[in-house]
Amino acid sequence: MGNGIRNRIGIIVGCVLIMVWCLLPVVWIISLSFKSETAITNGSPGFFPSDGGGAGWDNYQAVWDNEQFRRAILNSIGISLIATLLSVVVATLAAYAIARLEFRGKKAVLTIALAIAMFPVVSLVGPLFDMWRAIGLYDTWPGLIIPYMSFTLPLAIWTLSAFFREIPWEMEQAAQVDGATSWQAFRKVIVPLAAPGVFTAAILTFFFAWNDFVFGISLTSTENARPIPASLSFFVGSDPFNRPASLLAAGAVIATVPIVIIVLIFQRKIVAGLTSGAVKG
Amino acid sequence: MAAITMKNIVKQYGDGFPAVNDVSIDVADGEFMILVGPSGCGKSTLLRMIVGLEDITSGDMMIGERRVNDLAPRERNLAMVFQNYALYPHLTVYENIAFPLRLAKKPDSEVDRLVREASATLELDEHLERKPGNLSGGQRQRVAMGRAIVRQADAFLFDEPLSNLDAKLRGQMRTEIARLQKRLGITTVYVTHDQTEAMTLGDRVAVLKRGLLQQLATPRELYENPGNLFVAGFIGSPPMNFLPATVEGNRVQLPFGSVEIPAEKAERAAGRGLLIAGIRPEHFEDASLAAAEGRSGSTFSANVDAVEWLGNETYAYIPFEAPDEVKQQLHQLEKDLDGEAMRTQLVVSLDGASRIVEGQDAEIWVDGRRIHLFDPASGENLTVDHSRAGRIPGTEVSA
Repeated sequence: MGNGIRNRIGIIVGCVLIMVWCLLPVVWIISLSFKSETAITNGSPGFFPSDGGGAGWDNYQAVWDNEQFRRAILNSIGISLIATLLSVVVATLAAYAIARLEFRGKKAVLTIALAIAMFPVVSLVGPLFDMWRAIGLYDTWPGLIIPYMSFTLPLAIWTLSAFFREIPWEMEQAAQVDGATSWQAFRKVIVPLAAPGVFTAAILTFFFAWNDFVFGISLTSTENARPIPASLSFFVGSDPFNRPASLLAAGAVIATVPIVIIVLIFQRKIVAGLTSGAVKG
Repeated sequence: MAAITMKNIVKQYGDGFPAVNDVSIDVADGEFMILVGPSGCGKSTLLRMIVGLEDITSGDMMIGERRVNDLAPRERNLAMVFQNYALYPHLTVYENIAFPLRLAKKPDSEVDRLVREASATLELDEHLERKPGNLSGGQRQRVAMGRAIVRQADAFLFDEPLSNLDAKLRGQMRTEIARLQKRLGITTVYVTHDQTEAMTLGDRVAVLKRGLLQQLATPRELYENPGNLFVAGFIGSPPMNFLPATVEGNRVQLPFGSVEIPAEKAERAAGRGLLIAGIRPEHFEDASLAAAEGRSGSTFSANVDAVEWLGNETYAYIPFEAPDEVKQQLHQLEKDLDGEAMRTQLVVSLDGASRIVEGQDAEIWVDGRRIHLFDPASGENLTVDHSRAGRIPGTEVSA
């Protein structure tokens, strides 16, 4: 008994330590976002705003009223969702082919995909900038969606083909004998079974697209397509010599909200062991 | 419902290995056909060629009047139960059974009626809303069968459906399958490596070895008139005993002594030199008990190495020495049957009342009429009664 209690205490202490370590920066940003501009400039080291230094929801109000910021949020949500959707659809089809079919160059496809994933993002910014300007994709949504897809596809394909390989062949064969076409077998049996993999790939893709800064700042020039991370860096406020830390903090918090929502939604779909019961365990 | 006819079916893989080699089997409408053989004999491949999951290299596959060689599985209208059941884990039992009907775009009311009918037949009513993951092995097995019987398929195909169940459940499900098939009267092809299933379920049994059909006959014909050494060794448990033998007149010389056999059998085996005699364990008896019942036959005396008393019967083990020629053939046979090469010994099944003791000489009676004689080189059964042995490929001419 004593051992059990000690174990549980240990686990709780460990968890708290890790939580503090991970969440402290986030919590601090939230704390900053509720302090007034002057309080921060004058120094306000406490976690809670000092007397008279609190700003309430003013910072959020100010950020939200900013036209530039609202456009950036819209850009980020739109670009990330479209990139995620396209990436997952393409990756699902590609991974299925890789897991199920024997074709020439299968190894090559996988190797190249991995090589692309390892490619340093920064080295592509220059060429892409040139190309996009030449063909008119500079400062447009597709101009960001395409590079996001090309960097997230390899990972998505690898994740998904691992999932597809886990699904017994018999599932599809049974579906075909039951009267399904290959496409029906894929859509009605394989995709639902691979759902955890599909959502894992979707989360990874969405993260990448949402958090990207390098492409966001290099391949855009106006609110036309500028996503939130890039937009935050342009956020100067009224006084160009004094960066509005509290406004930035509020902006950062708002930028975090969609990703938390997305993760919470997708996480429910990632039910481990969905395939259990398909075959004799 | 339809008959299934296989004509000279060949399956060759990319490396030229023929997994199924020139097999012709005709399954009559409503017949229960068993494909049996040790692992790697091509029985599952053959089944998958019927259902369309495996391409046919050459030959004709006919279902009813249709040649189905180039049809996709869904166009063949067959129902299959897979070895691992292949249930859809994301669907409830109800939707699993309804799956083929939904694909066929049947109206909801009809789907419901058919699913409830099937579930009532298989006693799955209380599990309809559960997911396959929460079911026991036997229940999953029944769901897989439900998915098969719910459609009006032309035939059922079973691929070792009971091999994942424990022994007790296997026995129950075996009876259940037999009952269901008789009731529905639907053409069935059933693959198994278990000879008990083969003997009890099948109207006829096709024995395969390394892609070649060995014999196609009723269970009784297979048991009483095996076409060759392989079939003789495969069917029956404990397996048939194989002994070196030479025929002199009407007598067969065995390692333990000589046994009188019918003149007709002796004639067919005459002048062949060294042969292999096949005698089933139950065709021996404790000589004292056989004499009491007044059974005619020969007796011999042998040293009993080990005795296993099972109550209703007794197994006695009697080792013997065989010449190299016979030993080699028996060794090969063991390998073909997936068995372990063991010592050459005679297994005799005696009545439970027998008082034979280990390590002592015992007087054993043997029924000379039931002895089979095999050619050691080809394995062919020289004493087979062709009129009661079904079809044995390669010997039709002499039949």
